[in-house]
Amino acid sequence: MAPTTPERTTERGRIRISGFDPDVVASREPLSSWTPELEATEGKGRLEYAWERFKRNRLALFGTGVIVFMVLLAVFARPIELPDSLPVLAGQVIQPFSLAPVSPGTQDLINAHNPPTLENLAAWPPSPLGIFGTDWAGRDLFSRVIYGGRWSLSIGFIAVAVALFIGIPLGSIAGYYGGKIDEAIMRVVDMLYAFPFIVLAIAVIAILGRGYWELVLALVAVGWLPYARIIRGEILSVKENEYVAAAKALGATDRMIIIRHILPNAMAPVIVQATLSVGTIVLAAAALGFIGLGLSPASAEWGVMLNVEQDSIARGRWWAGVFPGLAIFTFVMAINLLGDGVRDAFDPQGDRTGSGGMR
Amino acid sequence: MSLQRFVLKRGLLTIPLLLGVTLFTFGMVHAIPGDPIDFITLFAELDAETEAEIRAQYGLDKPVYIQYIDWVLNAAQGDFGKSIVTRRPVATEILNRLPYTLLMGSMAFAIAIITAIPSGIVAAYYRNTTVDQISRVFALIGVALPNFWLGLILILVFASWLNLFPVLPPTDRGLLSQDMIIYTLLPAITIGTGSTALLMRLMRSSMVEELDKDYVRTARAKGLPERTVVQKHVLRNSLISVVTVAAIQIAFIISGSVVVEIVFSYPGIGRLLVDRVGNRDFPVIQALVLIIGVAVILANLLADVLYAYLDPRIRY
Repeated sequence: MAPTTPERTTERGRIRISGFDPDVVASREPLSSWTPELEATEGKGRLEYAWERFKRNRLALFGTGVIVFMVLLAVFARPIELPDSLPVLAGQVIQPFSLAPVSPGTQDLINAHNPPTLENLAAWPPSPLGIFGTDWAGRDLFSRVIYGGRWSLSIGFIAVAVALFIGIPLGSIAGYYGGKIDEAIMRVVDMLYAFPFIVLAIAVIAILGRGYWELVLALVAVGWLPYARIIRGEILSVKENEYVAAAKALGATDRMIIIRHILPNAMAPVIVQATLSVGTIVLAAAALGFIGLGLSPASAEWGVMLNVEQDSIARGRWWAGVFPGLAIFTFVMAINLLGDGVRDAFDPQGDRTGSGGMR
Repeated sequence: MSLQRFVLKRGLLTIPLLLGVTLFTFGMVHAIPGDPIDFITLFAELDAETEAEIRAQYGLDKPVYIQYIDWVLNAAQGDFGKSIVTRRPVATEILNRLPYTLLMGSMAFAIAIITAIPSGIVAAYYRNTTVDQISRVFALIGVALPNFWLGLILILVFASWLNLFPVLPPTDRGLLSQDMIIYTLLPAITIGTGSTALLMRLMRSSMVEELDKDYVRTARAKGLPERTVVQKHVLRNSLISVVTVAAIQIAFIISGSVVVEIVFSYPGIGRLLVDRVGNRDFPVIQALVLIIGVAVILANLLADVLYAYLDPRIRY
């Protein structure tokens, strides 16, 4: 691959000299207070080049747009109030908008399993039963699907963030110090890698029980592995650079060297993996919800919604199953497009269609 | 390095891994807060004598490391203890279910290979044409589709609307009956789709890479028919990486089967695992997690050995 060349400019070199005018020098008063100004413009960093490539990738931009749209839908689905446990601000509404026509928990048993019809869709004011139909308890599926994004998306982003906080330090320590610490950490990683993603998560849930944070923890227990592996490999290659030796010679501590000098140069593959992982995690959370080991059956999480409607779908009530699944699919697809775009932006060579961080 | 030495070296490396997996599976149960005896007796009130008896029966009166060694030695002989829920030997329960999962998994694997390799070849040969674009879109969709949702949609369309398949598996007809094999097509397709998408793209990219190499130009220049160039030269070299990744797909198919068996009410080990997590039947959970972990380690070993066999450069 040809090395990436900076944008062509007519200026020579990277230092631009401004404010220099030979005429001024010639005609100035000898004792004026004027001093020449030298201004250095910095070369573009890796991030800027990556961002420029990313901006041109229409598929990735489309994916980003879809993700932003889904996040906004979830945030503005129902008003958000501060929890009652807060002393002064309890019950304060911090988000007053409500895109969902009814609360996701509102039951209306007379209208159970109403299919979405064109009549309802055209009705004005819009009927709550119009867009996606209702589920077995007469709850509006449209409200549930957009509200359900709060569960699925928050689980995805939180679990990846926590996994990064575990994987990066452990991988850095293993890669930087090597020796016995490296052996110990990487053997644990290898051992956990022997279990397929969902099986390991099930094992953790078997120990912890069910619930929101239990689910996040189970996904983190599996999710940190790739970061530890990637960052260790990157550090092994980065730490041989002269600037690391120079920093050491100047008396920088190990922690400073890792955080200031090594990590910024080793982050690109981690960012790519983290982006793709959000999709994998959302998919896994929905799968766990579907097999009944995720959130409670009453919650509007997309996988759980498919679980409770499993029998109705087999009886031909398509709307109960199509929409929650479509939400999962759309989100994971958008994340994969974004992740592929991020990878191509950091590493323009190669042609690998998103594996979605799957193993 | 000869192949035998490579296999031996690689095989020795899996031993600590296998030990780690047994430690994890054993430690898993001991990480649960509370006394393991409560899970056996389901929190019944016991007098001291009965409790001591039960402890002795399950080996809970011995130190933990002895329990571990006993457990590993018994597991190695196929004795995983008794299920807490059904009080039957765990090994029997698993053996009743395993053939179904193996049938479904091997069909999924076959479907993935049969569809992925030819379509990957076509996409690579006609790269950057409409055919290639279609395969790219299919791959993007196939990777992002939640397999349980795909399964539900297949049931809806083929079982409910078209009535081509029964909604529930015809388990009473026996494992290898025609009905069962036909029914298993649906879950197998469901699991295979993700693998197909991955393998197809891998086949494409590794073949595109080979097609650009000098020996291909040489072969064409000396006037070999295109068919020979592709079949004898390009295909063989580009299949190497696909074969090894296909072996790793075994793990992917196992994890797929856990979820898909729930969708299709399929009587395999995945559904057994999920059911028993609900009941906290730890001997069964332990045994299944151990078996799956060992199976994945062996699949990875197989992939490495296959790679070394097909591409001798790897051995050094």
